[in-house]
Amino acid sequence: MIVVEGLSVSFGAVQALRDVSFEAQTGKITAVLGSNGAGKTTLLRTISGLKEPASGSVMLNERSLLHVKPENIARLGVGHVPEGRGVIGEFTVEENLRLGAMMAKVNLSAGLEEQYERFPVLGERRKQHAAKLSGGERQMLAMARALIAQPSVLLLDEPSLGLAPLVTSQLMHSIHDLCATKNLTVILVEQNASTALRISDHAVVLHLGSVVANDVASKIAADEDLRRYYLGMVE
Amino acid sequence: MDPFLTSRIVSDILGGLTNGVIYGLVALSLVLIWRSTGILNFAQGAMPMIATYIGMVVFAHEFSYWPCVAISLVVGFAIGGGTERLLVRHLYGKPEINPIVVMVGFLIVLEGVAAAVWSTEPRGIVNPFSPIDFQLGGKPIAMSAFSLYEVITAMVVMTLVAVLFRYTKLGLQLRASALAPEVSRLLGVRVSRMLTLGWVLSMGVGTITTILVASNFFTGLTPQVMDGIFAFGFIAAAVGGLDSPVGAIISGICIGIILQFVGDFLNSNYIILVALGILIVSLMVRPNGLFTKSSVRRV
Repeated sequence: MIVVEGLSVSFGAVQALRDVSFEAQTGKITAVLGSNGAGKTTLLRTISGLKEPASGSVMLNERSLLHVKPENIARLGVGHVPEGRGVIGEFTVEENLRLGAMMAKVNLSAGLEEQYERFPVLGERRKQHAAKLSGGERQMLAMARALIAQPSVLLLDEPSLGLAPLVTSQLMHSIHDLCATKNLTVILVEQNASTALRISDHAVVLHLGSVVANDVASKIAADEDLRRYYLGMVE
Repeated sequence: MDPFLTSRIVSDILGGLTNGVIYGLVALSLVLIWRSTGILNFAQGAMPMIATYIGMVVFAHEFSYWPCVAISLVVGFAIGGGTERLLVRHLYGKPEINPIVVMVGFLIVLEGVAAAVWSTEPRGIVNPFSPIDFQLGGKPIAMSAFSLYEVITAMVVMTLVAVLFRYTKLGLQLRASALAPEVSRLLGVRVSRMLTLGWVLSMGVGTITTILVASNFFTGLTPQVMDGIFAFGFIAAAVGGLDSPVGAIISGICIGIILQFVGDFLNSNYIILVALGILIVSLMVRPNGLFTKSSVRRV
């Protein structure tokens, strides 16, 4: 479980997050929604240690993640799939996965086979450079690379960005299934609010760095004002 | 073909190969640092020169050649790691001119210190390999036991570096840290350690190169022993591509052979001119280097 309490983050004079608090439960998907500049990416980067907060705390199963280096947070079981996917284009599919498996305490070949079974296209292209994959395949690779490390928490930053609707739908189903079968804590940052709300258990809506709503996903999806003013979901 | 001409060509190829592997090693050590930290280390010749003085001169009376080589290597590793931690780390993210100025300054300081401590007189390094050329059909060819030792050592070092980068977990982390430091950190790679290790490895390659150069009967060890060779190694790295270890080695060997022919068939005064000509033409034709795939290069 991840508990964020009173988190504030600044970039110089610009305050990106203001007193943000919420909980992401184990085995559940928590969607973080909001328009551009709401602070969603900054929130994930702060949880994974890439950005130091000005105040507040982030706890992973009652252990503070403040002032812990990103590499050590990753070793504690927090997998972060960054915006733009972050696959290394100069590496082959298999090298990307081997890098992800570096910290896992499982057999490498078993881990690779598990991911190739989950995402068969990656198995077919294991020797191909990641730069040559399509957008959807890169997203699968980024997910597989995070999963091969067997994380307990998965931070997903805009996984549907640039993907076709059908691929997005398949991806969201995969995330939902993974969360259920692996008992993962998933924090899903998305601009595509309707898609994210469909698979999420809980949702947090950010606006200009502040939390404007924090409730179960179905209630947020049903709130007409939130949909209209903060999520851009006009009927 | 005229037997005399044939033997001359064979000699030039062998002599060029011996020089070329040395240029290739210098280029490789430059590429190792460039790829991991984006810094062009102008003190790449001077830093291992200090390690070589400490190992091969200070301890020469107590130990034989091979233990001295091992000591030099350990000192080289320490100088590489220490320089990255204490000096270079403060230069990351600064304007590109800053590391260049600092490393040129460091080169001058190191050569000055070496001259003050050990003088500028060449120090011969006694080694187990004869500098006398082998005979073929009663005539000498440009290859001695010492040249063979140089070529084989260089090949072994190049192979070890290639195996490390291509087939080991450590190599995967080193490459990932250089290509995508932030993503690597998110995957648990200790990028900061990898950067230090890049300098340590580079200095290991540099120290072996300096020992080979200084062990040459006709060269000896001086504070400026690597200055001229660094210039050719730098040209090899730029021609091959600063991002390409394979390119550095291949272009180092090619430049060594070409310059040997120039010195033999034209005039040794033209060697530096031809080397610079190769650099200029290759930068005009392939500004990123002959073997690099990236489209942008910071210089």
